[in-house]
Amino acid sequence: MALLEIRNLTVSFETSTGLFHAVKGIDLSVQEREVLAVVGESGSGKSVAMLASMGLLPKTAKITADVMTFNGRDLLTMPDTERRKIIGRDISMIFQEPIASLNPCFTVGYQIEEVLRSHLGLNRADCRKRAVELFGAVGIPDPEKRLDSYPHQMSGGQCQRVMIAIAIACKPKLLIADEPTTALDVTIQKQILDLLMSLQEETGMGMIMITHDMGVVAETADRVAVMYKGRKMEEADVVTLFDNPSHSYTKALLSALPELATGDRLPTVSDFVDTASLQTEGAR
Amino acid sequence: MIRFLLGRFAYLVPTFIGITIVAFGFVRLLPGDPVLLMAGERGISPERHAQLTEQLGYDRPIWVQYFEFVGNLFQGDFGNSLSTKKPVLDEFLTLFPATIELGLIAILIATLVGIPLGVFAAIKRGSVFDQVSMGAALVGYSMPIFWWGLLLIIFFSGILGWTPVSGRIDLLYFFPNGTGFMLWDSLASGQSGAFTSAVRHLILPSIVLATIPMAVIARQSRSAMLEVLSEDYVRTARAKGMSPFRVVGIHALRNALIPVITTIGLQIGVLMAGAILTETIFSWPGIGKWMIDSISRRDYPSVQGGLLLMAGVVMIVNLIVDLLYGVINPRIRHK
Ligand SMILES: Nc1ncnc2c1ncn2[C@@H]1O[C@H](COP(=O)(O)OP(=O)(O)O)[C@@H](O)[C@H]1O
Ligand SMILES: [Mg+2]
Repeated sequence: MALLEIRNLTVSFETSTGLFHAVKGIDLSVQEREVLAVVGESGSGKSVAMLASMGLLPKTAKITADVMTFNGRDLLTMPDTERRKIIGRDISMIFQEPIASLNPCFTVGYQIEEVLRSHLGLNRADCRKRAVELFGAVGIPDPEKRLDSYPHQMSGGQCQRVMIAIAIACKPKLLIADEPTTALDVTIQKQILDLLMSLQEETGMGMIMITHDMGVVAETADRVAVMYKGRKMEEADVVTLFDNPSHSYTKALLSALPELATGDRLPTVSDFVDTASLQTEGAR
Repeated sequence: MIRFLLGRFAYLVPTFIGITIVAFGFVRLLPGDPVLLMAGERGISPERHAQLTEQLGYDRPIWVQYFEFVGNLFQGDFGNSLSTKKPVLDEFLTLFPATIELGLIAILIATLVGIPLGVFAAIKRGSVFDQVSMGAALVGYSMPIFWWGLLLIIFFSGILGWTPVSGRIDLLYFFPNGTGFMLWDSLASGQSGAFTSAVRHLILPSIVLATIPMAVIARQSRSAMLEVLSEDYVRTARAKGMSPFRVVGIHALRNALIPVITTIGLQIGVLMAGAILTETIFSWPGIGKWMIDSISRRDYPSVQGGLLLMAGVVMIVNLIVDLLYGVINPRIRHK
């Protein structure tokens, strides 16, 4: 049984100019121990699809799906109180902007201990002890002292490590990483990716790696789903996709890899395909 | 934090100098002669007038008077009232508790009602509750205090007879002036009904005084909350599976309070101005009423001393608010 199973998910937003369809009927599934990469350029609906399954979209979002289950439990009909027991514990999520994702008014220690207390019911001393262990596990130096820091006293990379520590605090079955390295310096990007992959290997959790960077995909994923304008264009295991992309949009994404750059300018998707034709190609 | 505080103190010096000039100049710019007003209806002979003016030192050049005023200030001497002959500082300290009591209750009402109102309006954005409460806040904000006070008196005291019209307590009760805080003194006196009477006298004036700050605080809380609710860390709190109470009441509120605290601090000055009107409407024997009376008597020492002391209080309160701001906002504290 798949860990997360999504079939025909659509998400649309009520806007002042009418309904805006951000996700137009996608299927996704992740198994235990599997890393699924979801790629696609900015605005293609990657974040919205994941936030929808976590139940984190605002009320203006209309969500429909034929199936949306986590570990066999129906996420669509689940009451909010039940959902809150699962998210943050069995499914957790980290985001693109690590500093902004942490609350500036509380110490990072408070923000991780809060999760341990509410999901695992640990007492004060055990929370502290576990928080120190977790900070150590994600490679934060001097964890005991760092727990009393505020986010603004830490770098972006350190904050992302804190976010990862919070995300793995309750040993989740699934970790959704929404462009976890996009906002970081290149050298730090590599460290964070390595950390995520080693944690994934150690714990055997499933992982969804959202990115628009094919380099990240190559380094992390078992399987890849390619999204464009709210639709899934194709899905394949990572070797097949890189060797033999079936879809022109995927080919375009691959050629946008910096290693393939010619001249002084990176190629972009529109250099390779007529974007208008993709709309019809992607329709099911 | 230390640097932040030193900066604040450095800022106080020019402010203080400015206030002495304004306090000194203001009452002298008003037409009217304190000596004539002291004499009253009977009038006064020109010789006596000149003699008194000289005695009070008002015949000397204005800048000599100003430097004498400031020089005395440094010795803690605020001068003596022309009408009661008592030291201005003593008069101020006797009346000040009445104003603090009124102001404190008013700001408490404004905060305790204003913040939840704004927060709920933000959560239920666009709802009937949001529209009604923010409409009410707009009305409250533009309410002329004098008119509003009289309206409440007519309704609650006149028609319903629920609350007294003026003063701090029924004349029935008498006890020696203790702390000057009527709520406390009436409780401490042990006389039955005294406390209730003090509360009943306090209700209308404090509501009147609280109205404008409450409206401002409610609107500010709403907009601060709306802004904070769309922040990434609020999404993180929800992604952690925290209850709506924790997400809104702890993660969002703590951040939304930062601008609200500043607003509350700024309202203290507004409150002082409001107290002058409110105390006059309700014959509340505090600083505000004393100021109005002193101005109409052209009691130069009382007005200039009183204004200076009031400004000093506002400055100290703002300093405390700044400190509080540092406590609640870690980004300031660590600078
Ligand atoms: N709360 C919202 N209201 C309206 N439109 C939204 C909202 N959130 C996202 N969108 C829109 O949905 C589309 C997909 O966004 P997103 O999933 O964030 O893209 P990405 O693939 O870059 O993560 C974008 O066009 C975005 O503007
Ligand atoms: Mg995104």
